[in-house]
Amino acid sequence: MKIMESQIVTKQNKKINTEFINGAEAVVKILIEEQVEVAFGYPGGAIMPIYDALYDEQDRIQHVLARHEQGAIHAAQGFARVTTKPGVCLATSGPGATNLITGLADAQIDSTPLVCITGQVPSSLLGSDAFQETDVIGISMPVTKWNYQITDANEIPEVLAKAFYIARSGRPGPVLIDITKDAQFQKFDYSYTCFKKIRSYVPKPEIDLSSIEKAASAINNAKRPLILFGQGVILANAEKEFKNLVEKTGIPSAWTILGLSALDTDHPLNVGMLGMHGNYGPNLLTNECDILIAIGMRFDDRVTGNLSKYAKQAKVIHLEIDPAEINKNVKADIPVLGDAKETISHLLKLVKLNSHEKWLQRFIDCAKIEREKVIDKELNPDSETLSMGEVINIINKHTQGDAIIVSDVGQHQMVACRYSKFSKSKSNITSGGLGTMGFGLPAALGAKLGAPDRTVIAVIGDGGFQMTIQELATIYQTKAKVKILLLNNEFLGMVRQWQQLFFEKRYSSTEMINPDFQTIVKGYYIPTKKVTERDKLEKSIEEFLNFDGAYFLEVMVGKENNVFPMVPSGAGVSEIRLE
Amino acid sequence: MTRMQKEEFTITAYTENHVGLLHRITIIFTKRKVNIESITASESEKDGIHRFTIAVTETEEAVEKIVKQIEKQIEVLKADYYKNKEVVQQEVALYKIPSKSLTNGIEVERIVRQHNARFLTIEKGFLVIEKAGFRRETKALFDDLIPFGINEFVRSGRIAVSREEHGIGEYVEQILSKS
Ligand SMILES: Cc1ncc(C[n+]2csc(CCOP(=O)(O)OP(=O)(O)O)c2C)c(N)n1
Ligand SMILES: [Mg+2]
Repeated sequence: MKIMESQIVTKQNKKINTEFINGAEAVVKILIEEQVEVAFGYPGGAIMPIYDALYDEQDRIQHVLARHEQGAIHAAQGFARVTTKPGVCLATSGPGATNLITGLADAQIDSTPLVCITGQVPSSLLGSDAFQETDVIGISMPVTKWNYQITDANEIPEVLAKAFYIARSGRPGPVLIDITKDAQFQKFDYSYTCFKKIRSYVPKPEIDLSSIEKAASAINNAKRPLILFGQGVILANAEKEFKNLVEKTGIPSAWTILGLSALDTDHPLNVGMLGMHGNYGPNLLTNECDILIAIGMRFDDRVTGNLSKYAKQAKVIHLEIDPAEINKNVKADIPVLGDAKETISHLLKLVKLNSHEKWLQRFIDCAKIEREKVIDKELNPDSETLSMGEVINIINKHTQGDAIIVSDVGQHQMVACRYSKFSKSKSNITSGGLGTMGFGLPAALGAKLGAPDRTVIAVIGDGGFQMTIQELATIYQTKAKVKILLLNNEFLGMVRQWQQLFFEKRYSSTEMINPDFQTIVKGYYIPTKKVTERDKLEKSIEEFLNFDGAYFLEVMVGKENNVFPMVPSGAGVSEIRLE
Repeated sequence: MTRMQKEEFTITAYTENHVGLLHRITIIFTKRKVNIESITASESEKDGIHRFTIAVTETEEAVEKIVKQIEKQIEVLKADYYKNKEVVQQEVALYKIPSKSLTNGIEVERIVRQHNARFLTIEKGFLVIEKAGFRRETKALFDDLIPFGINEFVRSGRIAVSREEHGIGEYVEQILSKS
């Protein structure tokens, strides 16, 4: 903050100190000014000047060489999610840049701040179908919060300052800056000022106090209120205020998978997970509450199920930073626009101390039913084969909710989200909106580099593991102590489950004849172990967690296990199936 | 009209003049498979600020969501939408017809006058007529000119200003004066 102010003064007095350097050097200087300590990327022709400039600043910026640009950007996402600082990712033009697209789309839909810098062919060749020329600006436009092509080094300071500001402010998101090679070589008078304002951009809408009053009075008069919280609470750094609100009002609170870990999983008012594979109580009772208070969440269809059968009886209060989310999927009776930290703080002053014992009991009763019908069987299975849930359960026992869990996409993701315990925020990292297989392994690496003191566990399926398996090399090279847990069911399990339930068990292209993962991972010099029997499981997990370094634990689990409960697609949330 | 029935809307957005913004705006429509009937970008009354005018036929609910997405773009200062009765709108059409139709001169002139149109140019082989007005008016002239043979016809996108005394322009003024 202090830096910003002194720099604003400099701006008003007009450029004081300038240096005559080239565009690439300017880019690296700006990364340092923006306190970027780790950048992820992959070099190539069009971005070589920037890599050359990075060579001189290796003490200040650690560049992590991924093995595929998709790995680099997912790692940057993992880094951003645990730090809430923009993740930085570099790639060359053409194929380097197109390999970023999946990560950009993932970051865009999950509001992850990223600044991606791509090299581009020299400006004189733009539009000539030059070697490795791709219209990255055009391709990335639908999946970026903002993007811009720089063809003149003089633009670099202002555009990059804007990029960082836009990526991290308001509802965060990915920004891509494409820099032609000639602009990277071009020398110019460099000076830098952080950005604080763009006249056409309102990162935080002004708070309308009357909306807060309306919300507070609805909450104070509610008989059966339910809070739904999403990542907005985490992105606004509002965990403390949120917890105070929950405790003061005594309202049962349920989470989206991106909101998970914003409130301790063991908190008595935390009633669990929303959505398709969420908990029984919050899904069922969404359709019984009288006031639904949605905080920093966007009513994704995986959360709401069939919208025409969603919370029709409830008055909806929606606390949200992005005006475009209001009334997008669910009509808000009381929209409260603003940054969650500020709106919750205001709300806290107006809500009454309250409790909803009888209503809360409904959730406890539902939890009991779910435990008997689903959870007990998952955590203590009577089958010979291991279940995913029992693995997570043992991990909980040893980490005490202290670990960062990074999951990939599929059944194991749902199980990891359903059963992992969290006592710290920003600890559940997963690809929510896009459901990107291959996210887990690189994101776990990024998370470990962003939170080196925390235990980081990647929970991955045998399908997704093979989508970014090459990043094992990056983990080996960086010596990042990532714990990799492979839950191997020899199936694209989630798709197989749907085939079983909705396509008459016609297992079309979901069974996998896998390679020997042990041999492969050993090839990357990472210690490994494989468990197939229950009596070796706990011991192996202890070893896995206690080993001082990266470690790969493969657990063979039931091939045709299903994740329940489930809201079938097209059904309403209260039609949730327990079996 | 309920919010769920399709009708004509005019969307207006005041924006910075930025390369690529047109694409950013059009993909909001493409993503939802909404057809843009016309789109016009021009300067606005405010120095350095551009103005988009977009014509669509959609439900009000869809239009409202689209407008919010437009306004969310970094370089957009303000966006809003209007029903037909809330705007004064025009389109300009040009009709190129063979000059031999002038041998029928009196008749063409009568039609041009009757439609409140005008001759832009009369060349050796052809003449060009210009007509500003509503879609139905430019269409009516088109129909009347068919017997003379129309070599080329083009119509501009819709341009429109709101019927409010101040409206969106005032918001934009406030934003600009704050910065
Ligand atoms: C890139 C990508 N391709 C396809 C899918 C569709 N998909 C969702 S879950 C899944 C199966 C995942 O299998 P695996 O990684 O083994 O995890 P499991 O469900 O077995 O735990 C597939 C194919 C996807 N989400 N992402
Ligand atoms: Mg699998």
